[in-house]
Amino acid sequence: MNGTSSAMAARPPVHRGLADRLRDGLPRLVLAPSFALILVFVYGFIIWTLTLSFTTSRILPVYSFAGFDAYIRLWSQPNWHMALGNLAIFGILYMSACIAIGLLLAILLDQRIRGEGVLRPIFLYPMALSFVVTGTAWKWFLNPGLGLENTMRNLGWESFTFDWLVNKDMAIYTIVIAGVWQASGFVMAMFLAGLRGIDSEIIKAAQIDGASTVSIYRRIILPLLRPVFLSALIVLAHMAIKSYDLVIALTGGGPGNATELPSTFMYSYTFTRNQMAVGSASAVMMLMGIAAIIVPYLYSELREKDR
Amino acid sequence: MSAPADSVSPGSARAARYFIYGALLVFALIYLTPLYVMLTTSLKTLDEIRTGDMMALPASPSLDAWVRAWGEACIGVTCTGIKGYFWNSLKMVVPAVVISTLLGALNGYVLTKWRFPGHKIVFGMMLFACFIPFQAVLIPMARVLGILGLSNSTAGLVMVHVIYGLGFTTLFFRNYYEAFPDELIKSAMIDGAGFFRIFWRILLPSSGPIIVVTVIYQFTNIWNDFLFGVSFASGESAPMTVALNNLVSSSTGVKEYNVDMAAAVIAALPTLFVYIVAGRYFVRGLMAGAVKG
Repeated sequence: MNGTSSAMAARPPVHRGLADRLRDGLPRLVLAPSFALILVFVYGFIIWTLTLSFTTSRILPVYSFAGFDAYIRLWSQPNWHMALGNLAIFGILYMSACIAIGLLLAILLDQRIRGEGVLRPIFLYPMALSFVVTGTAWKWFLNPGLGLENTMRNLGWESFTFDWLVNKDMAIYTIVIAGVWQASGFVMAMFLAGLRGIDSEIIKAAQIDGASTVSIYRRIILPLLRPVFLSALIVLAHMAIKSYDLVIALTGGGPGNATELPSTFMYSYTFTRNQMAVGSASAVMMLMGIAAIIVPYLYSELREKDR
Repeated sequence: MSAPADSVSPGSARAARYFIYGALLVFALIYLTPLYVMLTTSLKTLDEIRTGDMMALPASPSLDAWVRAWGEACIGVTCTGIKGYFWNSLKMVVPAVVISTLLGALNGYVLTKWRFPGHKIVFGMMLFACFIPFQAVLIPMARVLGILGLSNSTAGLVMVHVIYGLGFTTLFFRNYYEAFPDELIKSAMIDGAGFFRIFWRILLPSSGPIIVVTVIYQFTNIWNDFLFGVSFASGESAPMTVALNNLVSSSTGVKEYNVDMAAAVIAALPTLFVYIVAGRYFVRGLMAGAVKG
């Protein structure tokens, strides 16, 4: 469906009175406030933040321009490199684990399982929780001394150690664990919807030809799920770049700066370290990262709907 | 799709079934464990927590920690529990959900049934707004809320959530209305029905499923928000998530793990409730939106 098939095309073009014109303009008038809000509060604000990133702003916005100074300072911060490195570790592990577990669960659930109605909500409920709740729960669960470590020792494994939460080298992986726990059920739901949408005739034909279950999945089903892989990747990548709450609640960015991410970096440089220009520059970097993923995706999505 | 598992021998087919059920059960246990630990910890005494095992059932379950979390726990310097913040969140989430859903419905209606040149660009810009990292608008928003006198207020947070929720609500309704037959609209127009009449009488009555999806989505998103809350509302007017984080991460006094867990469960209850009551529609609708295309 495209623009010309919509109801607007039926409008008579000549000699219209004020009432007619008002009536014709009404739809646009209804949309206008929302669009204006988005223009100002999204695009206007982005330009504002971009402007701030070229100034010398510290605790308050000032508009004395300093060129790329803030960007140079940003990229010379070891902390920023730490944040980017952590985002790479977190993002890659988070996306691949969510997709692997989500796909596995969806395939298992799709085998005409009894009790699917009970199992599916169990895999999905973490998604309903706030990241702050998830972080709080896992912080307790992984508490060295009282949590999992203690449980394993009580079970008789005296030397068991699990101190990732306070271990500089391992803390980032605790964020991956909690994040995967929260989002993998959602990815499962996406894959399950994809699986249920596949035409069963194709599968039956392949079975008659004597193809094994494994090769049916590998050769037919997984390739058909490509759009779902893409959607899941986009959603997860976007969530990974934006993750803030989970880190704050689980590790607070620590120990030291071991779990710093661009999102926590931006917040602390802007609001607690009084480096607003550097904070803005980091926000612009995050925006560019997300735009690089989202814009091509949206472009192809909106174009495809034409056909 | 039906399961392609029939072409193998009965013995190995049975083994495969056991494996499938076994794997699903193991995963289910893993997913449930954190919730189990949260709930049992919140029912234990501090002594029992320190000396006992995290996985053990509470020896004598008590709701003390829940009472303390609700009405006595210290958040910052005030020790009146989380109840005030719980109401803050409720007062924020209800108007924000209602307004953004209504606007989203109207926008979706215009963008599918009253298209105009450039409607695609308008929609594209609104859609991209869903995905921006909010860090890119945080500083200007803080300034504007200050200028409007809405810093540290629930009204300010309502405004923020309405604005940044518009893209999503518009997206949901637009995708839904796109499948709605144009013929019905056209024949109503021939009968002389106007813009709003068509909306109220024809589209809205058949929008039940998508309204459910949008309301649940917005409710969980806004209730669970932390970044806007912590940036724009501190102290007394903070929402639940911010209060919970302050409670849990405060380092003064004895760490009351049972109170922390009770507060976390209280913070999770509204969205869990919504999810349990209407989650099926939520998932169905989300899938329709996300897997499309």
